[in-house]
Amino acid sequence: MSIVTVQLGQCGNQIGFEVFDALYTDSHCPQGLCSKRENEAYQASCKERFFSEEENGVPVARAVLVDMEPKVTNQTLSKAAQSGRWKYGQHSCFCQKQGSGNNWAYGYSVHGPRHEESIMNLIQKEVEKCDSLSGFFIIMSMAGGTGSGLGAFVTQNLQDQYSNSLKMNQIIWPYGTGEVIVQNYNSILTLSHLYRSSDALLVHENDALHKICAKLMNIKQISFSDINQVLAHQLGSVFQPTYSVEGSCHYRRNPLGIDWQVRPPLSGLPTLGKASLNRGLHFNMSIANLVILRGKDVHSADLGGFKDSALYTSWLEPINAFNVWKTQRAFSKYEKSAALVSNSQFLLKPLDTIVGKAWNMFASKAYIHQYTKFGIEEEDFLDSFTLLEQVVASYCNV
Amino acid sequence: MTQSVVVQVGQCGNQIGCCFWDLALREHAAVNQKGIYDEAISSFFRNVDTRVVGDGGSISKGKICSLKARAVLIDMEEGVVNEILQGPLRDVFDSKQLITDISGSGNNWAVGHKVFGSLYQEQILEKLRKSAEHCDCLQCFFIIHSMGGGTGSGLGTFLLKLLEDEFPEVYRFVTSVYPSGEDDVITSPYNSILAMKELNEHADCVLPIDNQSLFDIISKIDLMVNSGKLGTTIKPKSLVTSSAGAVKKRHQKPFDAMNNIVANLLLNLTSSARFEGSLNMDLNEISMNLVPFPQLHYLVSSLTPLYTLADVNIPTRRLDQMFSDAFSKDHQLIRADPKHSLYLACALMVRGNVQVSDLRRNIERLKPSLQFVSWNQEGWKTSLCSVPPVGHSHSLLALANNTCVKPTFMELKERFMRLYKKKAHLHHYLQIEGMEESSFMEAVSSLSGLIEEYNQLDATKSMPVEDFPRLSIAV
Repeated sequence: MSIVTVQLGQCGNQIGFEVFDALYTDSHCPQGLCSKRENEAYQASCKERFFSEEENGVPVARAVLVDMEPKVTNQTLSKAAQSGRWKYGQHSCFCQKQGSGNNWAYGYSVHGPRHEESIMNLIQKEVEKCDSLSGFFIIMSMAGGTGSGLGAFVTQNLQDQYSNSLKMNQIIWPYGTGEVIVQNYNSILTLSHLYRSSDALLVHENDALHKICAKLMNIKQISFSDINQVLAHQLGSVFQPTYSVEGSCHYRRNPLGIDWQVRPPLSGLPTLGKASLNRGLHFNMSIANLVILRGKDVHSADLGGFKDSALYTSWLEPINAFNVWKTQRAFSKYEKSAALVSNSQFLLKPLDTIVGKAWNMFASKAYIHQYTKFGIEEEDFLDSFTLLEQVVASYCNV
Repeated sequence: MTQSVVVQVGQCGNQIGCCFWDLALREHAAVNQKGIYDEAISSFFRNVDTRVVGDGGSISKGKICSLKARAVLIDMEEGVVNEILQGPLRDVFDSKQLITDISGSGNNWAVGHKVFGSLYQEQILEKLRKSAEHCDCLQCFFIIHSMGGGTGSGLGTFLLKLLEDEFPEVYRFVTSVYPSGEDDVITSPYNSILAMKELNEHADCVLPIDNQSLFDIISKIDLMVNSGKLGTTIKPKSLVTSSAGAVKKRHQKPFDAMNNIVANLLLNLTSSARFEGSLNMDLNEISMNLVPFPQLHYLVSSLTPLYTLADVNIPTRRLDQMFSDAFSKDHQLIRADPKHSLYLACALMVRGNVQVSDLRRNIERLKPSLQFVSWNQEGWKTSLCSVPPVGHSHSLLALANNTCVKPTFMELKERFMRLYKKKAHLHHYLQIEGMEESSFMEAVSSLSGLIEEYNQLDATKSMPVEDFPRLSIAV
C-alpha cells in the first residue's frame, strides 16, 4: 500500500525533503536490532510505501512538488539528487514564476483554478505508479499563500477525485509572534476549508518544535533545517512499517489505518453556553490515542497509564480509544523509541488564540482589501469563523 | 523567478539609480563567480549578445555575454544622463532606454507633470512596453525620484498613472526623496504636495527618504572612522556608503555617499526575492503584509549595519546589536522615531548567516519596547536570505508601517500653507494648461485625509487592548 506525498510551498517542500531523507536513512539503517529477514521485510515495506523503483536502482520518492516560484523546488530537487541515495522524479515538479505573496486568496482562487489540471495530472501520474494506493499525505504550512491557499484547493480536488482514499494533511502552525503578518487570516481560511475536505489534520507547531530544539536538543543557533529534521523524525517514527495489535506476521498494510471516524453520541450532550477554557484541566481530554513502540523489549512495555479513563472523554471507553502498534525493528539510531499520535484537546488553546487574533483583525477590517481583490469576500471569512468556533466548542465539550 | 524594471526620473532619481546599478553589479559579481547568467541576475539584468545587430538578441542561459540593466532613464535635461553614459556604466544601459529633453522642468511640478507628461507620454509607454517585453515574468516597477523638484516630482508621478493603467498587475514601488527643511528649492513644498496626491492614489508602496537623515548617517560613520577608537578599522567595501569602484571617499562625488545608502536599501529589499534562503520573501509579500489599508502604504526603512568592523569574530551580542540599531531613530532613512509612535506592521529582512532562533530571540527582546496597533499586536513579517551583502556577514533591513511618518507630512503641509497663503510663485503653476487652484486644494485635501487616518490610529495608542466579542455558537 503506497502513500503519495504532495509537498506545497516553501515550507511543504523543505519539510518533504527532510521526511523522505529520514525515511530512507532509517530504512537503510544497519542496526535494525532484529533479524536480517525482519529487516528486509521492513525495508521492502517502507520502500513500497514511499519510494518507487528507478532503472538505475536509485529509489524515487512517491512525491509531487508544487510551488508557485522556483527557488525552493530547485533547491529541493538538487539536494535530493546530490545525495545520490534517493531522488525525486524528473517530472514530478510543478512550478511557476511568481509566488502567492502570502495571500490565501491568491493561492486558492487564482493559482488553484489556473493550474488545477496540471497539478492533478502530476498527482494522477504518481498514483498510477502505485500498485495500490492507501492515501495522500499533503504537507503544507498555514501561514503563507501557496501551501495554505493552494493546499486547501488541492485537498478539495483530491476529495472530489479520490474520495475513497485517505487524505492526511500535515499542517505547520506558525510561530505565535509572527512569521507573516496575515498568518492568522490565512490559517483560519485554511483550517475551515480543510475541515470540509481532509480526513485528518496532523498538526505541528513551530513554537513547540523550536522548544524541542532549544531545550531537549540544546541546539544553540536553531535553523529551519534543525526544526524540519525534528519534525521529519517524528513523522518517520509514526509512518514507518509496524505490526498491528493482532500480531500478524506481515507488516501492517494500511499505515494510515487509524480510525478517524469518531462521532460523539447524539443524545446526552448538555447544551453549550460559552465554553470556558479556564477549567484548570490536568489532562487534555483525548478522543483517541495511538502509541507506536519500536525497538528492544517492545512486547513487555507497560502501557497501563494510557488506558486510564481519566484521559478520555466520558462517552468513550479507553479500550475503544486507545491503540498500540509495535515492532521490534528499531527506528534510526534509537534502541527504543515511542511515538504518540493523539486526537485531543491539546490544540484547543492554540486554535482559540489564532481565531481570537484573526477575529480582532477582521473586526478592524485590516488587510481585507488584499483578499477581496482576489475573490475572497467578507462572507467567506465569516463562514470560516463560524466553522472554527464550532470546532472550538466541540473540543471544549469533550 | 520574476524580474523588476527600474525607472529613474530626474536628476536625483538618475543619480541614485546610477549608484544602484553600480552596486547591483558588484553584488552579483561577488555571488556569481562563474559568470553564468542565472535567474538571480536576470531579475535586474538582461544578457545580451552584442554581436547581433539591432536590439541585441537576449540570451537566457549560459555564460554572461553583456549585461544590460532593466532600466528606463528619464530626465528633461541632458546633463545627468549624459554623464552616466560617459561614465563607467555606459555599457550597462541601452541607448534606446533613455528619454531626455533639453530645457528641464524648472523645479515646476506642473511643467514636469502636465507639459512633459503629455509631450512624452507615447515615448514613455513605448520604452516601458519594450522593457516589459524583455521580461519573462515582470513583477515590479521601481520608481526612483525626488519630490521637491520638477521632473522627478512631476513627470515621475505622471508615470505612476500610466503604469497603473498599462500594467495593472505589476507592483509600483516608489523610492521618494523628500525635501528637508533647509531645501534650497523654494517651490519644493508645492511640488511635494502635488506629488503626494499621486503617490497616495497610484503607488502600491512608498519608501520615503530624506536627505537630512542620510546626511546624519554619513556624519555618524565619519565620526566612527575618524575617531581612532581601538580596533576600529573598517572592513573594506563594507561601508553602506561606499561605491563599488571608489576606494577612498574623496574620489566619490558629494551625493554619492548618500545615494549609496538608498542603493543598498533597494538591493536589500530585493535580496530575498533574488537569492535563496530558508524563509523567502518576495516583493508581492511586502505589499500584502505591510499595507493593511490601501492608503497607508508609506514604509519607514532602516538599514544595519552601516559598516563592519574588521575584527573577525562576531559574537551573538553584535548580532543582537544589529537588531537594536534597526529600531533606533538614528538609523532610519527618514527623520522619524518609530519607537515612540504606533506600529501598524513591521518587516525584518535578514541577510547572511542568521537563523530563525536569532530572529525569534530578538523579536521577543524588542517587542516590549514597541507599541503595536491593537489589531496587529504580533505584526511581524520575517525573512531569511542566505546571501549576505558584499563586505558583511549579515545585515538587516527593517521596514515599518508606523505612524511616525506623520510629522514629516505635517511639516510638509505647514511649509506648503506658508507659501500658499501668500500665493507666492503660484503664477508659475497656474499659467500651465490644466493647472488651477483647485489642483492645489485637492492635493492638500488628499494629504490632510492621510494625516487624519494616522491621527485616528495614534488616538488608539493609549487605549487598553480589548478583544472583540467572539461569535457565540449554538451547538
